[in-house]
Amino acid sequence: MSEVQAKAPKRILILGATSGMAEQCGRLWAERGDALFLVARSSDKLAAVAADLKNRGASFVDSAVADLDDTNHHPELLAHAINSLGGLDVAFVVMGALGSQEAAEKHFPDAHRLLHTNYVAPASLLTWLANYCAQRHAGTLAVVSSVAGERGRKSNYVYGSAKAGLTAFTDGLRNRVDREGVKVMTIKPGPVKTAMTQGMKGQEKFADVEVVAATLVKQIDKGTDVVYVPGIWRIIMAVIRAIPERIFKKLNL
Amino acid sequence: MSSASNEPLLSARNVPEEPFTGTPPFESWGRYPRYNATIKPLHWQSDFPRVIDGVHTGVLAVGMGRSYGDVGLLKDGTLMPTTSMNRILSWDPETGLLIAESGMTLAQILDFAVPRGFFLPVTPGTKFVTLGGAIANDIHGKNHEAAGSFGGHVPMFELVRSDGTHMLCSPTENPDMFAATIGGMGLTGVITWAQLRLKPIVSRMIDYEGIQFHGIDEFLAIKKQYPHVEYTVAWLDCVGTGKNFARGVFMLGDHSKEPGELKPSGKPKLVFPMDAPGFLLNKLSISAFNTVFFHKQMKKHVITKQDYEPFFYPLDAVHKWNRMYGKRGLVQFQFAIPWEHAVEGTVAILKEITKSGLASFLAVLKTFGDVPSLGMMSFPLSGFMFALDFPIKPGITFPLMERLGDMTREFGGRLYPAKDACMTEAQFKAYYPNWERFARYKDPAITSSFWERVMGHTGGAR
Repeated sequence: MSEVQAKAPKRILILGATSGMAEQCGRLWAERGDALFLVARSSDKLAAVAADLKNRGASFVDSAVADLDDTNHHPELLAHAINSLGGLDVAFVVMGALGSQEAAEKHFPDAHRLLHTNYVAPASLLTWLANYCAQRHAGTLAVVSSVAGERGRKSNYVYGSAKAGLTAFTDGLRNRVDREGVKVMTIKPGPVKTAMTQGMKGQEKFADVEVVAATLVKQIDKGTDVVYVPGIWRIIMAVIRAIPERIFKKLNL
Repeated sequence: MSSASNEPLLSARNVPEEPFTGTPPFESWGRYPRYNATIKPLHWQSDFPRVIDGVHTGVLAVGMGRSYGDVGLLKDGTLMPTTSMNRILSWDPETGLLIAESGMTLAQILDFAVPRGFFLPVTPGTKFVTLGGAIANDIHGKNHEAAGSFGGHVPMFELVRSDGTHMLCSPTENPDMFAATIGGMGLTGVITWAQLRLKPIVSRMIDYEGIQFHGIDEFLAIKKQYPHVEYTVAWLDCVGTGKNFARGVFMLGDHSKEPGELKPSGKPKLVFPMDAPGFLLNKLSISAFNTVFFHKQMKKHVITKQDYEPFFYPLDAVHKWNRMYGKRGLVQFQFAIPWEHAVEGTVAILKEITKSGLASFLAVLKTFGDVPSLGMMSFPLSGFMFALDFPIKPGITFPLMERLGDMTREFGGRLYPAKDACMTEAQFKAYYPNWERFARYKDPAITSSFWERVMGHTGGAR
């Protein structure tokens, strides 16, 4: 608990800072005095989150309103953020959208948007960030993928396939830059009680975002390669992956 | 490591569960009544009124569900929990002025403020209520005489109406809407954020004094001896008769002036494991409980230091203690009676309760001071405040509640909507003669089962 206290504040870039998970991690980082740069699309929400994190004790908070789907602006945005922070210790890539599987099935532009937000755009951010970090032989890229990327299911395979791509991308990126001293983390949350999952069946049984955030903050300090949160999902997904396809294709998952 | 057999009887949890998750019906703290409702949470200040686009029922913003009856419920309507709207928008360590979103709980405010040397200006007996709920019910605490009610420490808030209008409300800006919203039971709009003036402390500790007493006269005599103690409240035994009639423990406290540790709370809490079966809750068991409580303080007079948690929030240590009353739930009877009839009224009501044979674990007696409440519909009035819980026993509890409600009215007093599940339309309109004026400020899209009930509307939310 106290081992992190004595260290110098970390410079943390949060991409997708108004997501429930990002906000809770942000509070834990703020409470220990880290420096934060926040990026999100909605200026109202971003302003509330930025004020909150500053008031909770962050040593520095700056933010930029940006649509992270717009990959053309990524280099400019990331350079600005890192200049503002005066360097980078952690980039927390937590952007994402659950979207509607039903809409994505019926109308490819919807599917395309999900694939873009959950795979293409993070891949663009990570390409720039990994090159930046590799040059300096430092930094942690903590990327939120999902257990949904472990096996495609009819209820959310569009989102799931994008996350599967993101998982493979981070696995490969880790393989490339670990030797350069850059840590790449693949974070695979199970369902978490946040605004994103509001209205989903059984939401009351989902993991508490506060608990998930506490785990993530600890694991990001360590730079663990692959993190399942809550940990039970490592076992659940092992079981789900082990189901033979001839049975799996008949299940309603 | 832990098998089912060594699981403790009371399991530990750090935070209480969110009340409005899972499947309906939903209930408040008294567990009566229970109503179906659709849930549309507010995560951001801009969510209201957008989330109710296309909603054709009445709507109501709700917090932690710690009111007792139906003031925070809406039968077949739409409830909008605010608890994830809990950001700190501004903090001034010089003046202690906090600006926070309305879903922040008092527990969260304490976690933030205590390590920084500040405390709530007014706190109720549970810290698991939201800032918005505290304003909407204009809650009071043990320091009512010194500090008045909660609304007096809220210099300004923002109210959003269902037509999308944003209103800054303060004693000088939209003063009528300010007065209608403090104690306005959430009916005037959605409070998105509020300012709260916190007060400095130098220690978590409370200088505590506990004194046994027998009878209301002794209660008043003790009260008179300690005019300058900030926090005062008495626990009262309503089961005892004869020489034990109205025996109790008078509890006094002040924030310690001696600098001490200001660490945050956060020790594990216990959860009452299941609904207690009805037979546990008879007069004999409650009487035993009360005797133990009375004699917990063996000495007539105790002076000590106590952490603020057990002093202010003794019952928060057991999450879901309301399960003690079983599935049927409980109703609370809480009155304020003005000084003119305070003693006479309290004694008469206590006798009526004793006569009914209905027992209660906890009865609380304190005095309200004369700091005026800012709310049009605020509950406190200078005099006696008395509160106790009754288990719901078919055929006994509700007729008794109606009798007690009428007696309260005859003594010029009133009951507290935040704790109520029983008051009649006639009683409400007599207790709160401002109700007609208040109704002009009510938001047309917002209502509650309480409001529908005391307005004499039957059926659900339209």
